[in-house]
Amino acid sequence: MPSLKEMRSRIASVKATQKITKAMQMVAAAKLRRAQDAAQNGRPYAERMAAVIANLAGSVSGEDAPKLLAGTGSDRRELVIVATSDRGLAGGFNSSIVRAAREHVGRGIEAGKQVSILTVGRKARDQLKRLYGDRSVAAIEAGGSPSLETARQVAAQVLDLFERGEIDVVSLFYSRFVSVVTQAPTRKQLIPASLETGAPPIDLKGAAYEYEPDEETILAELLPRNITVQIFSAMLENQAGFYAAQMAAMDNATRNAGDMIAGLTLQYNRSRQAQITKELIEIISGAEAL
Amino acid sequence: MAKLHFSLVSPERELFSGEVDQVDAPGSEGDFGVLAGHAPFMTTLKEGRVKVFNEEESIVFDVRGGFADVTPAGLTILAEYAAEVL
Repeated sequence: MPSLKEMRSRIASVKATQKITKAMQMVAAAKLRRAQDAAQNGRPYAERMAAVIANLAGSVSGEDAPKLLAGTGSDRRELVIVATSDRGLAGGFNSSIVRAAREHVGRGIEAGKQVSILTVGRKARDQLKRLYGDRSVAAIEAGGSPSLETARQVAAQVLDLFERGEIDVVSLFYSRFVSVVTQAPTRKQLIPASLETGAPPIDLKGAAYEYEPDEETILAELLPRNITVQIFSAMLENQAGFYAAQMAAMDNATRNAGDMIAGLTLQYNRSRQAQITKELIEIISGAEAL
Repeated sequence: MAKLHFSLVSPERELFSGEVDQVDAPGSEGDFGVLAGHAPFMTTLKEGRVKVFNEEESIVFDVRGGFADVTPAGLTILAEYAAEVL
C-alpha cells in the first residue's frame, strides 16, 4: 500500500499529464481544420491533371507512348515510397502506413523482385530502418507542413532513378484522408502512371482537340509534373490524416487520464479514512485501558 | 455576349474560377486569346502573364510551368506557380 503522500503526488502527476494531452488535442483540432482545407484546395489541380493525362493517354498509345506512362516492360525492380509524418503521438497512424508498405515489400521480395525504399517523413525511416535499412535509397523529412518544394525534391530523385534505368515500377504508400475518424493506408502507383480517374471523359461536342506542340511533347512535360503533384497531394492527405489521428489519440488519452484520476482519488480517500479510523480506535482503546 | 468559364488552378489552391469575357495566355508556341465557344485546344504555357478580361475589369496573373486546356466547358489553366499581379 503506497503512503498517502505518494498517492497525492501520483494524482498530481496524472493531472499534469492530462493537461498536456488536452492541450495537444486542442492544438491538433485547430491544425486539422487548416490541413483539411489545404487538402481540399489541392484536389482540383490533381484531379484536372489526372483527367488531362487520361485524355491524352488515349491518343498516344503503342510504340511512341512515353515510358513513364507505359512502363519499361518489366516489373522486376520496384521503388516503394513510404510517406508518413515526422512526429508521432497519433495512435496507429504511422504504423498502419508502414505496415501496409512492409507487407507489400515482403510480398515483392518473396516474388524475387528487387525492391528499394524511399521514405518521406521521419517515422517511416525510423520504423523501416531495422528491417529494410539496406534497401533504403533516400530518407527525406516531411517538414512542418507539406510544401511543393519537398514534393519536387522527392519527384526529382524518383525521376533520376527511373531515367538511369535503375527502377521499373514506382508505388507510393500514404494514408488517404477519408474522414476525421477514418484514414485509409493506400497504395498508389506512380510509374507506370495509373489512369483510373473518377472524372467522366470530357465531352467535346463533336470537335477534335488541337494540340500545341503535339500530344507526345505535352505528355512528356506533364507526366513528370504529375508525379510531383501526386506526391504533394499524398503529403497533404497525410497531414490532414495525421492531425485527425492525433486528435483522436489525445482525446482517448485525456479520457484515460480522467478515469485514472477518479480511481486514484477514490483509493486515496479510502486509505485516508481508514487511517483516521485506525487512529481513533488507538486513542479510544488507549483511554479505556486507563 | 456569351461568357467563357475560366479557372486557374495551382497545386495549393484554385486562384480563380468564374465567367469572363476573354482570357489571353502565353502559349509555348505563341500567345493566344480565348473567347467563349473556342475549339478544343491544349497547349503548354511558357513563363509569362495571363490576362483575364471581364466587363470593364481585367486581372493579371503571373504564371510559371503552366498548361492550358480549352474544352466546350471552358478554359482551365493548371500552373505550378501562379500569383495575381497587383
